[in-house]
Amino acid sequence: MSEKILMKGNEALAEGAVRAGCRFFAGYPITPQNEVPEYMSWRQPEAGGAFIQAESEVAAINMLYGAAATGIRTMTSSSSPGISLKQEGISYCAGADLPIFYANVVRGGPGLGNIAAAQGDYNQSTRGGGHGDYRVIVFAPNSVEEMGNFPKRCYELAEKYRVPAMILADAILGQMMEPIAYDFDPVDPKTIPQPAWALGVSTGRERRVVRSYDLREGELEKLNNQRIQRFREIEEKESRCEIRDADDARLILVAYGTSSRIAAGAMRMAREKGLKVGLFRPITLWPFPKKQLAALAEKGKRFLVVEMSMGQLVDDVRLAVCGKAEVDLYGRSSGVPAAEEVFAEIERVYKTIEANA
Amino acid sequence: MKLLNKRPVSLVDKPMRYCPGCGHGIVHRLIAEVMDELNIREKTIGIAPVGCAVFADEYFNCDMIQGAHGRGPAIATGIKRSKPECIVFSYQGDGDLASIGMAETIHSAARSENITIIFINNAIYGMTGGQMAPTTLLGQASTTSPKGRDSKVNGYPIRICELLSQLEGARYLERTSVSTAGGVIKTKKAVRKAFQNQIDGKGFSLVEVLSMCPTNWGLSPLESAKFVDEKMMPVYPLGVFRTPEQ
Amino acid sequence: MPEIRVDETHCKGCELCTKACPRQCIIMSDTFSVTGYYPAKLGKPDCCTACGLCAQICPDLAIEVWK
Repeated sequence: MSEKILMKGNEALAEGAVRAGCRFFAGYPITPQNEVPEYMSWRQPEAGGAFIQAESEVAAINMLYGAAATGIRTMTSSSSPGISLKQEGISYCAGADLPIFYANVVRGGPGLGNIAAAQGDYNQSTRGGGHGDYRVIVFAPNSVEEMGNFPKRCYELAEKYRVPAMILADAILGQMMEPIAYDFDPVDPKTIPQPAWALGVSTGRERRVVRSYDLREGELEKLNNQRIQRFREIEEKESRCEIRDADDARLILVAYGTSSRIAAGAMRMAREKGLKVGLFRPITLWPFPKKQLAALAEKGKRFLVVEMSMGQLVDDVRLAVCGKAEVDLYGRSSGVPAAEEVFAEIERVYKTIEANA
Repeated sequence: MKLLNKRPVSLVDKPMRYCPGCGHGIVHRLIAEVMDELNIREKTIGIAPVGCAVFADEYFNCDMIQGAHGRGPAIATGIKRSKPECIVFSYQGDGDLASIGMAETIHSAARSENITIIFINNAIYGMTGGQMAPTTLLGQASTTSPKGRDSKVNGYPIRICELLSQLEGARYLERTSVSTAGGVIKTKKAVRKAFQNQIDGKGFSLVEVLSMCPTNWGLSPLESAKFVDEKMMPVYPLGVFRTPEQ
Repeated sequence: MPEIRVDETHCKGCELCTKACPRQCIIMSDTFSVTGYYPAKLGKPDCCTACGLCAQICPDLAIEVWK
């Protein structure tokens, strides 16, 4: 447990990774996450690790593929267009069962978009992102404190299940400054056991091969089935969420990341006006906390999804709720709503609940 | 009677599936012999590309990783920066190194990563069935230049050693060929230098090997060896382009 | 007497060795092997000097050089 420090989200993220034992960072400049490689450029050498400004996001993810294959904790970061570039490399890591860690500080899209906060990469993040059948573990922080403390959870789950893990943040989280206390003691990489598959000096053992292909008849399917088993286990055991004021709520807001902070502000306004509104915040977007959300639907609540996209999270909410409750969407595609705007939408929806009651 | 040429330990004891007369088998053996002679087998990590040599991870008797098309030098960078005590080599073809991976090739040389790259230049894409490569000769037919490479449409072949030779970080660059027994012997010397440089911490070393692809050239192996000598060498002159002493 | 021994299960009949031999000692068999190729073999018994050039160019490590 560290003392409280005032930090910028991007820097807290980088520091959190180093404290969690990350000793290899490769990245490329792109707004709004440039503070991550800039911080790593001095922090990694200080910690005895490696920092490389790669020639592209493509090169960076492939550097990670190599470094991760040697069994060390690695990190890359980028923002939306750069994350698109990394998808082939991430698919290779997933296909070789390598536990890499990366962060997407989302900006407006599609294309070059803008450099403001958005949540348009939800589908890309929660459906694997690259080609092929796989998933990556997705953590969605909503504060600088979570930005700094989630990397360690990412590494632990990534290594436990041999699945890539990522943090899905946005420009606001990356740029904001808040106090943070790290809730863990710094991890000495030497205390992390070397995985049985890691490449290195092969004296005294059989040689090892890291690959993501198997051309032999039926073998790739077997490999994928083994992975699917692990995905099922992750879905069973590792989903996380935060639920506020849901017990007596008639309308539950569903939001993650920065949207959850805006939604929380709107919820406060609503409660002050006597409207019974709660908040469901998924913390892991994959595995999505389906059971926890479905439980609320059983109790006859109504849902209003608040997201900075044209409607991506809302699909997962509808799937989890499975027709048992009405789900509305307040979506802003590459737009950042004010709490008052969300509150106006809450009032509008709430009226229809009362009308139908 | 004594056996003069034992099979290198650094080559897995299984037949290689490359085509008859393909240069891959020759260069695999040379790398393995060098690994044995320098006694580095147990600390070597090799990177297999995408291309015919995707199967290299089955043939080298050391830790191997198979990576995305063209990204070998980036993968090598990641491995070498994490495990500097290991000897890292990236084995690549001309599509891998000179087309999709061009940025990784140039930048790993510019950064003078202490790695060894063995570049097999057979002026065509093998695995995918004979398409034009960045190194395909003007007038040379391929499945994507059926009337022969035309500079107006497809530009000019790229000379990798010459291209990299103006980068200070590229410490050792040599072009050899495996079209003759003499060429094979010279290639082994170059491969050995390229590995020794890494052991000595001298920085980026690359050997470009002119090689035969009988299947996609539509020539017999003997005709292919002649093609390397008579048609490829005038475009890709053999020699040393950069040494660590420069 | 120096000689080469060709492993017929490895030889793919590429003929590169026939040109590499400075004394033209190597010929190709006219019966095919178990792998369906026509393998190389020593053509003249007193020819080989175990120079090893054939083994240098063989892509399949099919040639053993004995002295």
